[in-house]
Amino acid sequence: MRTAWERPAPVFLFLCFAFQETSQLSGLPDFVKIVEVGPRDGLQNEKVIVPTDIKIEFINRLSQTGLSVIEVTSFVSSRWVPQMADHTEVMKGIHQYPGVRYPVLTPNLQGFHHAVAAGATEISVFGAASESFSKKNINCSIEESMGKFEEVVKSARHMNIPARGYVSCALGCPYEGSITPQKVTEVSKRLYGMGCYEISLGDTIGVGTPGSMKRMLESVMKEIPPGALAVHCHDTYGQALANILTALQVFCTLCVLRVCIGINLSRVMSACFSSHILSTITFSRLKYDGILSSAKHKNSRLS
Amino acid sequence: MAAMRKALPRRLVGLASLRAVSTSSMGTLPKRVKIVEVGPRDGLQNEKNIVSTPVKIKLIDMLSEAGLSVIETTSFVSPKWVPQMGDHTEVLKGIQKFPGISYPVLTPNLKGFEAAVAAGAKEVAIFGAASELFTKKNINCSIEESFQRFDAILKAAQSANISVRGYVSCALGCPYEGKISPAKVAEVTKKFYSMGCYEISLGDTIGVGTPGIMKDMLSAVMQEVPLAALAVHCHDTYGQALANTLMALQMGVSVVDSSVAGLGGCPYAQGASGNLATEDLVYMLEGLGIHTGVNLQKLLEAGNFICQALNRKTSSKVAQATCKL
Repeated sequence: MRTAWERPAPVFLFLCFAFQETSQLSGLPDFVKIVEVGPRDGLQNEKVIVPTDIKIEFINRLSQTGLSVIEVTSFVSSRWVPQMADHTEVMKGIHQYPGVRYPVLTPNLQGFHHAVAAGATEISVFGAASESFSKKNINCSIEESMGKFEEVVKSARHMNIPARGYVSCALGCPYEGSITPQKVTEVSKRLYGMGCYEISLGDTIGVGTPGSMKRMLESVMKEIPPGALAVHCHDTYGQALANILTALQVFCTLCVLRVCIGINLSRVMSACFSSHILSTITFSRLKYDGILSSAKHKNSRLS
Repeated sequence: MAAMRKALPRRLVGLASLRAVSTSSMGTLPKRVKIVEVGPRDGLQNEKNIVSTPVKIKLIDMLSEAGLSVIETTSFVSPKWVPQMGDHTEVLKGIQKFPGISYPVLTPNLKGFEAAVAAGAKEVAIFGAASELFTKKNINCSIEESFQRFDAILKAAQSANISVRGYVSCALGCPYEGKISPAKVAEVTKKFYSMGCYEISLGDTIGVGTPGIMKDMLSAVMQEVPLAALAVHCHDTYGQALANTLMALQMGVSVVDSSVAGLGGCPYAQGASGNLATEDLVYMLEGLGIHTGVNLQKLLEAGNFICQALNRKTSSKVAQATCKL
């Protein structure tokens, strides 16, 4: 059974119903939740180690843009991910704005306990749809990883802490190449079944195209309610925004679609959504190299 | 006029547009897409470094070997305005003209048209805009006056049995006027089509468009001009080019302009990217099972060649990704 916060409030459901009619006419959802992963997924892949106070300032500024979910850090060993070594200090140092959620990555039970001790109120676990990737990334098979995640997710639910699941290599693997939609579905179903409230399907190496995105989503949606799905597209081959547009279209009958983007995509995603989709981003406060400053006058629907 | 245009499917323009709009949001994608490679012209003319004539010729020859069926070769414009295109005659005369490949050239006026024909051009392109201010600043006249200039070219082209392609700039926004109404784009496009352009390329000149705006613009234009006569030319200034192109394909457009290596910055946004990279476009189309006739590997080689000559990094994400493997 899911916790109270996972069940949308009645008012929200009514609004979703109203939006659904509109979205069916336009073919796109009226609202998109953006999950900002820059401070975690973004920074951990940057070569330059960013000081703790800069990370905190960065997250605080993101909180002021209207983003409702900001993935803060990862409670992983600093031996593997030096950039995330200051996870506890960052978690404790950020200003937690009301209405904004601050999930953290917890690859195992030890990381989970540290995260809770540091004040985390939402966690994420990271699986993969590829055996080779799972082995190379977290040194165990998919089955073994599910066992570990189950421990974490069970503990989280016991403490009324929501858990989000990631499925990497959803559109391709750097080692195995093509990944079948069925495999992605199988892994996603496992994570959802153990209690993850949302599953983010990641095109980890950015090889996907709108065609493979559509096929994968259609398969996963047979097993998991669309409202519990998100996409996480990498732009390695320049396909991310086109893949996301496709995902939005596939989900167009839904009330709400949760979309993950990385640090380099958030600015272009906001511009993409601005003309027809209500977004919670406040453009006037979002300063990414001045690129969005000229978008202000075009976005009369935004605050 | 009919001689300058390919035979078009017999269907009422209005009905076609209604069908496209009422189709599910995903749309039915075309089975084949014709890519119009604008790197040697639109790409290079916006690059700071001047490229030598032999390098331009080699680039175009490499693009021909990559399987592209339309390669915009050069522009017969005064070198005073566009120094990069100063060698237009030498380039057009110097390239290998592969059978089955078109090599259109830009001709902004009658003088340019005549020089192009003398140099062997078999297809020309004219450049209009859906914005009065942009037209004034770009070619120093109003939209109506530009039609008169272009009419002279079209009449001369018709006499010489030369095909003419039309471009409509600022189709999704203008650096001076801001928002451009879809109705205005439709009006200018319709005029070009009725004057005899066999195809009209609708350009998001400053890359401000988004899929929704693209959809609205195309819906309006499709009411006036047959779908088969339309192309899109998306700039990637705000990273929207591929998503906008996908939307256009979903609306039924099957001709897309792009530039190898994403050549060409944006003269209106310092440091911003320019055209949609042909490599990234081909990657998406191949993934969708859409036939292009392009050999991606040879295309990547052409992109690599010109970037080395320009001493710049490619703007194509596919090229950046594959060079690391």
